[in-house]
Amino acid sequence: MLSRVAENLYWMARYIERAENVARMVSVNGHLQLDLPANARTGWEPLLAITSSKATFDSLYPSPSEKNVVAFLVHDERNSGSILSNLKLARENARTMRDIMPREAWEQISGLHALAEQRSRKGELKPDRDQFLRAIVLGSQTIAGLLAGTMSHDVAYDFLRMGRSLERADMTSRIIDVRSADLLPDQGGGLRPFETIQWMSVLKSLSGYQMYRQHVDQSVRRVPVLEFLLKDKDFPRAIFHTLGEIEACLAHLPRNRGAQAVIRKLRITVSEADMEKLEQKALNRFIDGLQIMMNELHDRLMATYFHVEAAA
Amino acid sequence: MRAAARMLGQRLVKLTDDEIDERRAAAELAIQTMGITFTVYSQKKGGSIDRAWPFDIVPRIIPKSEWDRVEEGLKQRVQALNLFIDDVYHQQKIVKDGVFPKEVLAKSRNFRPQCVGVNPPFGIWAHICGSDLVRDKDGEFYVLEDNLRVPSGVSYMLENRQVMKRVFPGLFENYNILPVDDYASDLLEMLLSVAPKAARRPEVVVLTPGIYNSAYFEHAYLAQQMGAELVEGSDLFVDDKDRVFMRTIHGSERVHVIYRRIDDLFLDPEVFDPGSGLGVPGLMRAWKKGSVTLVNAPGAGVADDKVVYAYVPKMIRYYLDQDPIIPNVPTYLCMEKDDRDHVLANLDKLVVKPANESGGYGMLIGPQAGKKEHESFARKIRANPREYIGQPMLTLSTVPTLVDTHVEPRHVDLRPFILSGKTVSVTMGGLTRVALVKGSTVVNSSQGGGSKDTWIVDDNGDT
Repeated sequence: MLSRVAENLYWMARYIERAENVARMVSVNGHLQLDLPANARTGWEPLLAITSSKATFDSLYPSPSEKNVVAFLVHDERNSGSILSNLKLARENARTMRDIMPREAWEQISGLHALAEQRSRKGELKPDRDQFLRAIVLGSQTIAGLLAGTMSHDVAYDFLRMGRSLERADMTSRIIDVRSADLLPDQGGGLRPFETIQWMSVLKSLSGYQMYRQHVDQSVRRVPVLEFLLKDKDFPRAIFHTLGEIEACLAHLPRNRGAQAVIRKLRITVSEADMEKLEQKALNRFIDGLQIMMNELHDRLMATYFHVEAAA
Repeated sequence: MRAAARMLGQRLVKLTDDEIDERRAAAELAIQTMGITFTVYSQKKGGSIDRAWPFDIVPRIIPKSEWDRVEEGLKQRVQALNLFIDDVYHQQKIVKDGVFPKEVLAKSRNFRPQCVGVNPPFGIWAHICGSDLVRDKDGEFYVLEDNLRVPSGVSYMLENRQVMKRVFPGLFENYNILPVDDYASDLLEMLLSVAPKAARRPEVVVLTPGIYNSAYFEHAYLAQQMGAELVEGSDLFVDDKDRVFMRTIHGSERVHVIYRRIDDLFLDPEVFDPGSGLGVPGLMRAWKKGSVTLVNAPGAGVADDKVVYAYVPKMIRYYLDQDPIIPNVPTYLCMEKDDRDHVLANLDKLVVKPANESGGYGMLIGPQAGKKEHESFARKIRANPREYIGQPMLTLSTVPTLVDTHVEPRHVDLRPFILSGKTVSVTMGGLTRVALVKGSTVVNSSQGGGSKDTWIVDDNGDT
């Protein structure tokens, strides 16, 4: 497999995953605002924090109103992290890989981008915004499904899967980081009003509510939710699970030692963390630590597989 | 009217306007989701735009009995062209024997001195040739030009068939339409057949200038269909033993055959344009040494010149001792005084083409041009006679084409592709390009042309 192609696959998967994550996040935040009374609403600014795009947003829009933030995150091409920008980049990457990707997957990627582009021309999204965001999430899942079901699970697929998994881990850690800060920590006694609703929305941002209910025998509170999103072995968006995915991919690749060492370090850090003891500040520091290691993993993949030196 | 065409006509007549619209919309949707595009260069924003490929849903029908003869003629023509190119880079017998003028060669823009004395496998230089055919009102096919550098369009031929099958599945059940889908396997077989002898398991790659090239879609498509790597120049390097490798996640891997879709002058910055970032330094060294086969061979473009074109019938007689099966369009060479005088005196009736351009750029369509254009071409011709040819304005045949919801005649041409390796094969039909603008004879996609599916229909047993 060509180094350039491996890199394109990796990024394409990241872009598609990112578009899906943004779509889900915007949709869930909309619902959350409806569920909270006016004086307790968290507004739309947290989404800018999660996507690290507050500075860009402020340079383009006067205020973080619902309309502005949604436009910025969904179809503003000046925002490289918007759904439309991500799908555009994904399509550009996919275009260079038509020789290795199943044709149906390319058609789906191209179609999803066309949908987002068509939609962006409409401007105001609200009336059927959710339907559109749902189409993005479903479209992205369709691509993942098509690739899983029609593409040989060879090294090309491994690079896709690594990109997707690392992007998932990254998004889960960002959502935990920002969302947990909105909420006060457990104080042992009774729940603060609306706390359950907010933790539910955290789970829903990661499509994790149903699986949480099924697999965690506790009410929706800070500690068990954090445990679930960080340490669950089976939930696809739990950080521990995504790390296992990456590790499995690496096992098929040559020259994998350096990257595997970083993965092991990450998995140990996650599995040994004690959520009871991580108060908000400590949690933020902990997540920062994870982010640094994830970047290290990314850099390692780049150096080993993508930027191969001339002759061997 | 031919039987197959009559049946098709009856089918189309039965469709209501709404049904026609529906079919056309289905075709457009198929083209969009299949991502069939070509790139148009745009000055604005310094970039290029992807356009959906304009496609006409009325197929063009050619009976198999007629096609068989065209196929023979194309094989004959390409065989002569390859013998000519090989001769030109060796003894130049055809020049010595006075059949081909020395000065045409001396002034050829696509003659590459770097290729003299090189011996590609089987003496084949133009492995892939796209020859443009037109039909005059007498119904006879003529060759309009031969594309021997990096001819494109074959993927549209293949995709057009896919679209038609999606939109009109019923038609394919009722007609005996010969398939075109085996092109990619024929291409791969040809590429493997010309690999260096020493390669036990030859590695074939497709070399593209990249995603912004107008034919990128086709490069990716063909690589995918062949299961070959699609590489860019930066993916390859040549080592100190003149061997070509590609960079992979495993390290470096040897490459034996390169189906290159970049022009000669960008191939190797060590030999040609030193500023080119598209090519691979050292590639020409490797090719000359025979450690890699380049398809088409560098220098093959020497025969892709409208002046050389005029001599193809003579070549066929000279090398093969046969009469040409498919005639040329009569061509006046402006380098010859008599011809030039004729062209200059008849600018308002002729088509004047530059000898070395493609894509329909820089030509004069005499009857449709104004006085100023005639004068400017007269100046150009006098200043540089070798670079221009004149041809009569053919009364090009037309075929039925969908305009809004009814059918009108539009001008077409046909580009079949001829593959030459150990053996020679021709596509079943080819790419039919259609001038979508009424009365226009320009079919190039960059100039408002479109395309339609081409059916070679087995007419045995037709009533």
